[in-house]
Amino acid sequence: MSKPVFVYVTYIASTPDKVFSALTDHDATGKFWFGNAATSDWKVGSPIEFHREGKLILQGNILENDPPRRLSYSFRPMHDPQFAGEQPSRVVFELEPQKDQVKLTVTHDDFAEDTKVFASISNGWPLVLSSLKSYLETNRVLRAPWYEKQEAGSCS
Amino acid sequence: MIDGTKFKPKTVYVTYIATTPEKVWQALTDPAFSKQYFFGFAVDLEPRAGGAFFLRYPDGRVHVRGEILDWSPPRRFACTWLVEGMKEFGELPECLVTYDIEQAGEAVRLTMTESHSWDVPDAILAGGRAGWPAILSSLKSVLETGKPLVVKMGPPAEMMEAVARAVAEKPWLKSLP
Repeated sequence: MSKPVFVYVTYIASTPDKVFSALTDHDATGKFWFGNAATSDWKVGSPIEFHREGKLILQGNILENDPPRRLSYSFRPMHDPQFAGEQPSRVVFELEPQKDQVKLTVTHDDFAEDTKVFASISNGWPLVLSSLKSYLETNRVLRAPWYEKQEAGSCS
Repeated sequence: MIDGTKFKPKTVYVTYIATTPEKVWQALTDPAFSKQYFFGFAVDLEPRAGGAFFLRYPDGRVHVRGEILDWSPPRRFACTWLVEGMKEFGELPECLVTYDIEQAGEAVRLTMTESHSWDVPDAILAGGRAGWPAILSSLKSVLETGKPLVVKMGPPAEMMEAVARAVAEKPWLKSLP
């Protein structure tokens, strides 16, 4: 069995600088990422942490930071014990300018064997990246009261 | 009507849109809407299960031809899908395209599923995998901002080669009993 890879592409009416800033800004991530605000000095090797309402949700280390083209960090969800024991995976954001918009490709790979995180992020990224697109195009984010429920794997 | 159960999902794309299920349904089935976000193609359909489905070039020629299998506004739309308007593509087996529209909090979750009845190579799937994110990103922008995106792309070169090879070899015939 080959290891799973998640790829999601979205096109955003914005500039690479604005998309890159949103991905690397504490307040912006807190808005479009349903309260999960990123903290890091964004230097390669430095830690990155996402907190929501004071709780550590996600942590990793910066692997690449090449604004406004490419950002990568290791990815270890901490909010749920069933995920926290798993080896960190890796997410890469690639930004390509296309006239007056940006093609954003998110590739998430390097998962553990028998990964539980993969199913969770496969549900999560379309929602987070749809919200990012709305945030940049309309200055509004998607409201997602069901986000935590879905993230926890409950479909009821 | 064609049996939809013989098709297996190969490409799935999900987007969340700040609008209503009814508006998403209209955007998917109305020619004035589709022209804005679907590379200029106008949807032309008979609004019922069993009805005909077309995507037309601006001059009226047929790009995609299909048959509607599920017409359940505003929740589910499914039709067969044959790209008739491009060299050789029309000789491939038709695929199945399904849109599922669900309320998700204050937004709408739109899921596009492209399903195939044969062991279709990745090089052919690459066309839809490049196209759907552009089409559905633009659909979301039209509904949220009133302005479509302009994404210009053609089928990947390896896709053209794979289609020509598949049409020559017709691998789908070998899986018949």
